Amino acid sequence: MKENGNPYKPYIATVEDTWYETYGDRSIKTLKVVFDDEKIRESWEHRPGQCAMIGLLGVGESMISISCSPTEGKFLRFSVMRMGAVTSALHELEPGDKMTVRGPYGNSFPVDEWKGKKIITIGGGIGQAPLRPIIEYVRANADNYQDLTVIYGARTSGDLCFKGEFEEMSADKIAECHLSVDIEEEGWPHFVGFVPSLLMEVNPSPENTIAITCGPPVMINFVLQNLKKLNFEDDQIYTTLENRMKCGFGKCGRCNVGNLYVCKDGPVFNYATLKAIPEAFA
Amino acid sequence: MDSMILSKEKMKDFVAALGQQKLYAPQKEGETLRFSLLGEEDVPELDFSNTTVPPKDVVFPQTETLYQYELGGTDMKEPEGGEEGAVMGIRPCDARAMSIVDSLFSWDVDDPYYLERRSGNTFIGLACLEPCVNCFCTSLGGAPASTEGLDALMTDLEDKYLVKPLTEKGEKLFQKAADVLEKATEEDVASAEKLHEEAAAKVARNVDTQGIPEKLPELWEADLWKDVSNSCLGCGICTYLCPTCHCFDIQDEVEGFEGRRCRMWDSCMFGEYTLHASGHNPRPSRRERTRNRINHKYSYYVDKFGTIACVGCGRCIDFCPVNIDILNILTQVKEAL
Repeated sequence: MKENGNPYKPYIATVEDTWYETYGDRSIKTLKVVFDDEKIRESWEHRPGQCAMIGLLGVGESMISISCSPTEGKFLRFSVMRMGAVTSALHELEPGDKMTVRGPYGNSFPVDEWKGKKIITIGGGIGQAPLRPIIEYVRANADNYQDLTVIYGARTSGDLCFKGEFEEMSADKIAECHLSVDIEEEGWPHFVGFVPSLLMEVNPSPENTIAITCGPPVMINFVLQNLKKLNFEDDQIYTTLENRMKCGFGKCGRCNVGNLYVCKDGPVFNYATLKAIPEAFA
Repeated sequence: MDSMILSKEKMKDFVAALGQQKLYAPQKEGETLRFSLLGEEDVPELDFSNTTVPPKDVVFPQTETLYQYELGGTDMKEPEGGEEGAVMGIRPCDARAMSIVDSLFSWDVDDPYYLERRSGNTFIGLACLEPCVNCFCTSLGGAPASTEGLDALMTDLEDKYLVKPLTEKGEKLFQKAADVLEKATEEDVASAEKLHEEAAAKVARNVDTQGIPEKLPELWEADLWKDVSNSCLGCGICTYLCPTCHCFDIQDEVEGFEGRRCRMWDSCMFGEYTLHASGHNPRPSRRERTRNRINHKYSYYVDKFGTIACVGCGRCIDFCPVNIDILNILTQVKEAL
């Protein structure tokens, strides 16, 4: 039964490459994976902002943002922070190892609506993972968008993900990148302070601009306040939420914020929608 | 198909006439009355007010295997499906609950495990003639003899049951047992109807739900959430025994070299239910969890599927170890609106 169309049954994928983004207790490792079945590899379609349920048979599954844009190729990237049993086991994977992937889940950034606009991303810590695909997408479709600005911070320089990419984008004049660390450190040439403060320092104009933010809940709250101070309208602001999830398609119940399911109605939300839901920023 | 009579004396013959088909019916398990598969010698236990555990676990088992695998392998084997069966002795409130939950399991993406059991089984109700003290089905669009979600309805007429097939599935099932059934008289039908009416009048508790679905989220910061959850132990019995609660967890289980990915009932009343990997919990205390439980049933579910996800079976009131009463919560909600 259910050979076709069992939404709980994942595809098998092989790890092609892995590397650490950050080190330490809560290290972040990126897995680049490719589906074993050629038909799935060809037919799989995801959009920037979506997530997937990845896991290991015998250990379990975790919902993780897809951290690459479909414009990058026929593979998937997941940047996983080592937190619990599943993510620790995912960290043990080496090239050639098998894992399970199902999805993609959720809505995505409305990239078509945003054509002709300036895009600014504001990320904190691992929150940069769901923002990376939109940056890559805009980069690959640069003709359709105006300036791209990346604001990104973490506790220390060692906690920043995708580090080399920002220097490369700045050097190639693809994006204006602003990095920050929370605490002063020797040799750090960029901003010192929290991401919401860096946003005020960059002081972007809201004119014809879309701002997208993702990070820890407390950071998101202050970024939203500061975007309002900078005169961004609610509908110019997007965020992407993550909640604990088990199924990914609106059955298991737990990811709701008010009457919306993060796995189906999100993870990408416009601030105008989210503002009406008190639980959204809990 | 007309209504028929099944004599209580012939219950064993009736069960036998259904043949090899799986038959689930209420059975005693210690102090607990719950639906289980009838063995050859078993007779359905049909003399009860309501079962402790609702029949939801026939279609949505407390734990079920999604697929099995060998450790180190990549083949995932799903359980054999397609078995046909029948569930007998369902109270109308619990049948309505299944019909309410159908919307969720068939919404956008079909849940094959649930839907296969829903379509593979025939659901035979047993009209409720003696509502329990905490029943309030009539406040929520139900009734002690409601037929929603059922393929046939039985009514206890002391030494016999009046059987009324409601769907093609129900007719087919009772045709199998035609030999042990008798034709019902007009008098039988009339006495069943009278009992149904009397039962509806016996439902003692009620709530006026008007305005609740639309306005409940506005009471987000109301004091009542603290008050009504103060004594909650977070045991989750209100959700486990709720016929409309459908939340689940997915976990891998390993024994030796055999593994299986399974799903099991979960409860929004548990802290871990929403706990983020970071340690952050959007619903940190029982206040937020109770608020979500009531909002989900009485407002969010209405937004998504057009119906309140509560049938008034009263189990959450009957079995709460600290006497939290959903009708009391709803009364406070009404006052605060």
